[in-house]
Amino acid sequence: MLNDRPYVVEMKGIRKEFPGMVANDNVDFSLRQGEIHTLLGENGAGKSTLMNILAGLYQPNAGSIKVHGKPVVLKSPKSAMQEGIGMIHQHFMLVPTQTVTENILLGLDEPRFVMNLKKYDKIIHDLGVENNLEVDPSAYVWQLTVGEQQRVEILKMLYRGCDILIMDEPTAVLAPQEIEVLFNTLRTMTAHGKSIIFISHKLNEILEIADRVTVLRQGKITACDVSTKDITRHDLASLMVGRKVIFSFDKNPCKCGCQILDVKNVSALNDKGLPALRDVTMHVCCGEIVGIAGVAGNGQTILADCVTGMRPTTAGTIKAGNLDIGNSTIKDAIKEGIAYIPEDRHHVATAGNMSVANNVIMKNYDREPISQGWKMNRPAVRSYAEKLREEYKIAIPTIDKPIRLLSGGNIQRAILARELSNMKQLLVAVQPTRGLDVGAIEGIQRMILAQRDAGAGVLLISEELEELVTLSDRIYVMFEGQIMGEVADGDIRKIGLMMTGTRLEDIPEEEPQTEKSAE
Amino acid sequence: MELFQLLAAALAGGTVLLFGMLGGIFTERSGVMNLAIEGYMLLGATISYSASASSGSPWIGLLMGAVAAAILGILHAIICISLKADQVVSGLATNFVGTGVSLVLGANLTSLVGTVPLLPSVAFPKLLELGWIGEGLYTLTKQSIMVYIGFVLIPIAQWYLTKTRPGMHLRAIGENPEAADAMGINVNGLRYVYTILGAALAGIGGAAISIAIYSGWFSELTTNGRGWICVGLVIFAQWNPVRGAFGAYFFGILSRLVLDLKIPATLFGGLVANPFFLHPNYTFFLEMLPYFFTLVVMIIGANSAKAKHIGAPSALGRPYSRGEKGKQ
Repeated sequence: MLNDRPYVVEMKGIRKEFPGMVANDNVDFSLRQGEIHTLLGENGAGKSTLMNILAGLYQPNAGSIKVHGKPVVLKSPKSAMQEGIGMIHQHFMLVPTQTVTENILLGLDEPRFVMNLKKYDKIIHDLGVENNLEVDPSAYVWQLTVGEQQRVEILKMLYRGCDILIMDEPTAVLAPQEIEVLFNTLRTMTAHGKSIIFISHKLNEILEIADRVTVLRQGKITACDVSTKDITRHDLASLMVGRKVIFSFDKNPCKCGCQILDVKNVSALNDKGLPALRDVTMHVCCGEIVGIAGVAGNGQTILADCVTGMRPTTAGTIKAGNLDIGNSTIKDAIKEGIAYIPEDRHHVATAGNMSVANNVIMKNYDREPISQGWKMNRPAVRSYAEKLREEYKIAIPTIDKPIRLLSGGNIQRAILARELSNMKQLLVAVQPTRGLDVGAIEGIQRMILAQRDAGAGVLLISEELEELVTLSDRIYVMFEGQIMGEVADGDIRKIGLMMTGTRLEDIPEEEPQTEKSAE
Repeated sequence: MELFQLLAAALAGGTVLLFGMLGGIFTERSGVMNLAIEGYMLLGATISYSASASSGSPWIGLLMGAVAAAILGILHAIICISLKADQVVSGLATNFVGTGVSLVLGANLTSLVGTVPLLPSVAFPKLLELGWIGEGLYTLTKQSIMVYIGFVLIPIAQWYLTKTRPGMHLRAIGENPEAADAMGINVNGLRYVYTILGAALAGIGGAAISIAIYSGWFSELTTNGRGWICVGLVIFAQWNPVRGAFGAYFFGILSRLVLDLKIPATLFGGLVANPFFLHPNYTFFLEMLPYFFTLVVMIIGANSAKAKHIGAPSALGRPYSRGEKGKQ
């Protein structure tokens, strides 16, 4: 039984402070040999901090760590690796301009000076075959898919002889099918005696892959070493959030109206001048939410940029309401009442050092009553901002506070306040709930649904499949800048296949999937 | 014959730029912006000249020039790496420190001209026996030892960057310091090493001006903006030593051409009158050429880098401190 296995990691009473906050407060954590142990918690709960301590990146302010039963001080990632602990970060720690082999050899004492890459290519190829982690050793990292890059990260740790692997939200960047492949690899590795710590906030995954789970909330442990057999999804959710969470929305049936957004045969380039959208055709009607699914970087955000007029198209037409986006300025789009929630809320959506009041008037500062001619009407600005603060429940002591000091959820509320109050019929939202805690996510999602029910058309781009399936009436799936197909019933299997490059018409029909019960 | 003379001058003039450019490449590959090349060079030129005069050995002069520039490099490194200040501002400030110190220390050195021991030259008199080709090759190869050192340094630098473990680490800390740190590489330590090494190389470039290649005269502004040309060359080189070497020697040709065009009254064997004789001020436009070409070369370099999706090291200009990312 699992409970008889020896502990490979024991962390006791860990405390870590950052300026102005306690990230970990008296946290205990343990890992047994050959198990997959999940560390669960919301963003900012202190999961990554705890694991960065175990990986030697941070030093704890208090507490002790034992590895394989002997007390250790992990001064650096190198010393952690000497103890067999390797961390695979959420943002891959790879050098894109170097080859797979170079990345794996990085920081090692061997080879001493001159590198014989061919010899090492061979060794790494063999290691990959052995562990079911095949990847071309002489390829440059920038040429690899995200799934392959993850394999390089795992290989890097195996090459160093790590038997304790920390994986920080490894599934966040993967398509469903890639997740299955990863899970199979993880199971093979634990069968070979490796131990894995799996950081996540996705409940379904945890119940599928983990043997045991530890839950963190606001830097403190709320559940320690619970077997995943003894716990339900709802229990986990309330342990994580601290209250009951409602997973389903009562969605009114869709009352589709006239077309509000019409995208025809659009192509566009990305920042590097490479084709990022190829012949995209889609539409959004009033009163519906249309989701765009896809693995990050397959053109979804480029599409949002094009639709809002922020990026020129190289072919095709985009009509939003009566406006031809291709032949109009961003200012025209604002006047047309197109609301846009950009992906990057700190740099694109807000001006961090300006006050909340100034941020919420950015779209109508040049109109009555905010401005009179060339002069701004201060009292009007204030009363307008105060009104929005109340309406959208932005939790701030004063509207004069610089917006960058707000929490993610409140910044997003302020952005929504600005966008929705100037919206006419079209809302484009990119990752509106990314990085927010569960409570805030729920609030934002309700606001988006309310817009739909009020008759607006919503284009929702998200990497959270669950969110897309829950909210959307129809979903388009994008892969390498093309629309692979459209589903109206939220069929996860089909979406997953399209996300990895299969066209809808090429997907064989199967008996209805049972796991499709998308909450 | 004139062609060989031109090429010989190009090699000599290009060598000075070569050292400065290699210094720039090494520093910038590690992720630290290097705009102080002019300052390092001038300090290297001044100190090596004076040390050579007082010690009687040009090699000690060369060493002292490199050391002086390296010490100035430490200042830039502390500001950029430990204090994490803006690397552009620090580079410009370091540059002015270098220039200022050189102006003070070099003020009286002009009187030493002719008495300062210089680095040896290499020549192959045997070549003269081979007819006119041999004469040409003799002219071409009769160079200061620094020209040969610089020439050998190009493949070594390229090999070091691409085929050795320390070179791989150097590329890693400039591209993705977080990844390098996670693999146990001392990012800031290495950045110190390469910032100081880059300064020393630029200092050697300066020494090459004063005690090897342009010997025989000295002024406290002897670099005459060559350090700035190096800054442009680094970008043209796309941080690649071999490509940069071509650029450096091309500028060597150019600066010689500028001198050549000032002398004859007619050009192309008497076909046209030299337009720069029409008005004395026109020669200023001629002197502008290298700097004008620096701009052109930067535009070419930046454009072709864009086409090939290579460019500056990703972390260039970004100070590194652990845990800054990920902490919200």
